[in-house]
Amino acid sequence: MSVLLTPETTFIVQGITGREAVNLTRECLDYGSRVVGGVTPGRKGREVHGVPVFDTVGQAVEHHGSQIDGSVVTVPPAFTKDAVIEALDNGIKLVVIVTERIPRGDVAEMVEYADRQGARIIGPNCLGLIAPGICKMGGIGGPAKDAEKAYEPGVVGVMSRSGGMTTEISSTLTAAGLGVSTAISIGGDAIIGSTYAELMPFFEADEQTEAIVIYSEPGGRMEAQLAEWVRENDSRLPIVAFMAGKFMDDEEMQGMSFGHAGTIVEGKEDSATEKIARLEEAGIRVVERIDEIPEAVREGVSK
Amino acid sequence: MRFFEFEARRIVEQAGIPVTSYGFCTTPDEAREAAAEIGGPTVVKSQVLTGGRMKAGGVKFADTPDEAAAHAEEILKLEINGHMPRGVLVDPKAEVKQEYYAGVVWDGTAKKPLMLFSDMGGIDIEQVAEEHPDHVGRGHISNLDPVFDFQAKEVIAATGVTGSQLNRATPILARLAELFRDGDMLLAEINPLAELTDGRFVALDAHMEMEDEATGRQAELLREKLGIAEDDTRDTYVPSEFERRVKAIDAADHRGVIQGKDHNFDGNLGLVIGAGGGSLTLTDAVRSQGGKPANYSEIGGNPSVAKACGLAKEVLQKDGVEKIAVMMSIVSNTRVDIVARGVIKACLELGRDPSEAIAVFRIPGAWEDEGARILDHYGVEYYDRSVSLWDAAGRAVEKVQGAS
Amino acid sequence: MSDAASAGDSIFIEIEMSDAVASDPELATKLQEVCPVSIFKATDSGPEIVVSQLDECVLCELCVEAAPQGGIEIIKKYG
Repeated sequence: MSVLLTPETTFIVQGITGREAVNLTRECLDYGSRVVGGVTPGRKGREVHGVPVFDTVGQAVEHHGSQIDGSVVTVPPAFTKDAVIEALDNGIKLVVIVTERIPRGDVAEMVEYADRQGARIIGPNCLGLIAPGICKMGGIGGPAKDAEKAYEPGVVGVMSRSGGMTTEISSTLTAAGLGVSTAISIGGDAIIGSTYAELMPFFEADEQTEAIVIYSEPGGRMEAQLAEWVRENDSRLPIVAFMAGKFMDDEEMQGMSFGHAGTIVEGKEDSATEKIARLEEAGIRVVERIDEIPEAVREGVSK
Repeated sequence: MRFFEFEARRIVEQAGIPVTSYGFCTTPDEAREAAAEIGGPTVVKSQVLTGGRMKAGGVKFADTPDEAAAHAEEILKLEINGHMPRGVLVDPKAEVKQEYYAGVVWDGTAKKPLMLFSDMGGIDIEQVAEEHPDHVGRGHISNLDPVFDFQAKEVIAATGVTGSQLNRATPILARLAELFRDGDMLLAEINPLAELTDGRFVALDAHMEMEDEATGRQAELLREKLGIAEDDTRDTYVPSEFERRVKAIDAADHRGVIQGKDHNFDGNLGLVIGAGGGSLTLTDAVRSQGGKPANYSEIGGNPSVAKACGLAKEVLQKDGVEKIAVMMSIVSNTRVDIVARGVIKACLELGRDPSEAIAVFRIPGAWEDEGARILDHYGVEYYDRSVSLWDAAGRAVEKVQGAS
Repeated sequence: MSDAASAGDSIFIEIEMSDAVASDPELATKLQEVCPVSIFKATDSGPEIVVSQLDECVLCELCVEAAPQGGIEIIKKYG
């Protein structure tokens, strides 16, 4: 099986008439995903690559005739919170937020709202998730033929704070013959809907997944949280981590942000070196190079 | 966006938290007037966005208005950690019985604001937390529900504070939590929160920082209530010439995004690299293999040929740069052929041979076959996804070192 | 400095129009509309090529499709 997605997963795209959303819709349809509607207020009646556009999420659900599983939200930052809560109030349980530069108070509000509804948010500032051969939800991996090339079905679950590196790592796993069970671009912001530790139970419960690979960056406590999770839960899954941004450990780089909004070293705790130490203490294998990942996964699985 | 103390005080005051009657002054005469109005001993404090002003002589006590004016004159000229003061704050010298700490920060793991309180105020809260953990109370607030006073009360009571002190401090911490949430703050801190000899609680110093992403929707607070001009961003970072020029190239064209940084990078290998994660990974890979990057860059969102060319030209022209390495993790939106055209064009326009100036080109992904044709034509060393980021970076280092 | 760069010519892309296309003002307007990178400028006498934009061509071929068959050809100078 896979994580969070199934061949039956249905989703809508909110903000579907935007330039990037039109591309994303095309890519997902080509991959075989079930995009059942789109929402852009005031554009009801149009179509995007054959997908009907509605004014409200409620209209999309009514047109579909039954529950819709997910939504990919691509609306501008000032409107994102409203769009996400609209989706949640219409029974959607999996929301991927692509939008960048959302104030973190809004993100925290959406996440708490989703928690109360028993729903899950992936992102913001992410490319979505893909279960190879099953479903692609979001821009992850790009056009369908490119996504197929980088993501072959397999045994490794991938979680990454960088959308691009999700594909680079998955491609390495695919080339090594290990393949990917599900890859999730979790987002690059300081506060995100789903952290590594929060997604671990899903991979743990997935029979297809035999190992986990994470891509990490300086900033935040997400890696420390994963280390705690590993210590507290007797996980069957070996984890291999790659930590980028070691150069940011230099004192002169303190307080400077590189890469993503969440990537900023403000204290000793969120530096790359400190995170590597924490992950290793918890028994997580940290590799220095992306190309060492497949070997490390094999060693972890055979233990 | 960081606030000066006088602004932070205005913010807490407007949230209903008591402060002493202070005056913000930009001249010695204003300071004299403010001190006269206060009547009695005053303290004159430099308004700078940096710590350590006490040690640097930026805080002085005065018994008379003339003394306050004299201190203001000195402090207004005093640079602290490279910052000139925006003005001085003239404050009554408070008769303090006890100093407390009240603060609100984000807890990224819980994804909720965290209230903090300590009965050991006036010093760094992190130090208190480390040395006297039982003197720090903590409690989350919801992002959705109202802030209830009892939540603040619980946090304060956890430090052992009781009696009228508990009842006076409770609404202050609760209002601070509300203003943190309503004002899109990253930090809202009153330190010290003073209990005066007459039993009143007042905020003696406050630190506030607002999230940059939210400054647009906080226009009413920033412009109308605080009178902060739109171009007054408080960004203390001084961009280099290279950084300014790259920013100008980026702004000139809406297609794609390029970023360049070169603070503390002064090597001989120019980096034309892309996307957040890929750039971090590649910069590490170059340095770990003995290479010396001349800069950091990020290319994303499928830039135009002109933009990629502009970035590459800036990097090639930087002092000390011998070759550039053009590398990215697998791209799905940015096009390989467009970036290839851009960097080759940069070389040609500067009269450089692309096959010599470009150490390696490793960008797999969208339109890679077309990119390969262009690179082939100009004899540039090209790698696809079968060559790892690490190996591509290593090859670039090898070539630039062979050249020097 | 190479000739291509100094002369202000394009480096990578050239567009050839048939005489019929080059003298068709109506088609010129259409070409100006379809090209996402503004390579065509409509004039009263027909489409004009904006040389400074040629290298921005994204090979979408919308101009080729808009013109009569064989009327427009995109030439890649890099072979």
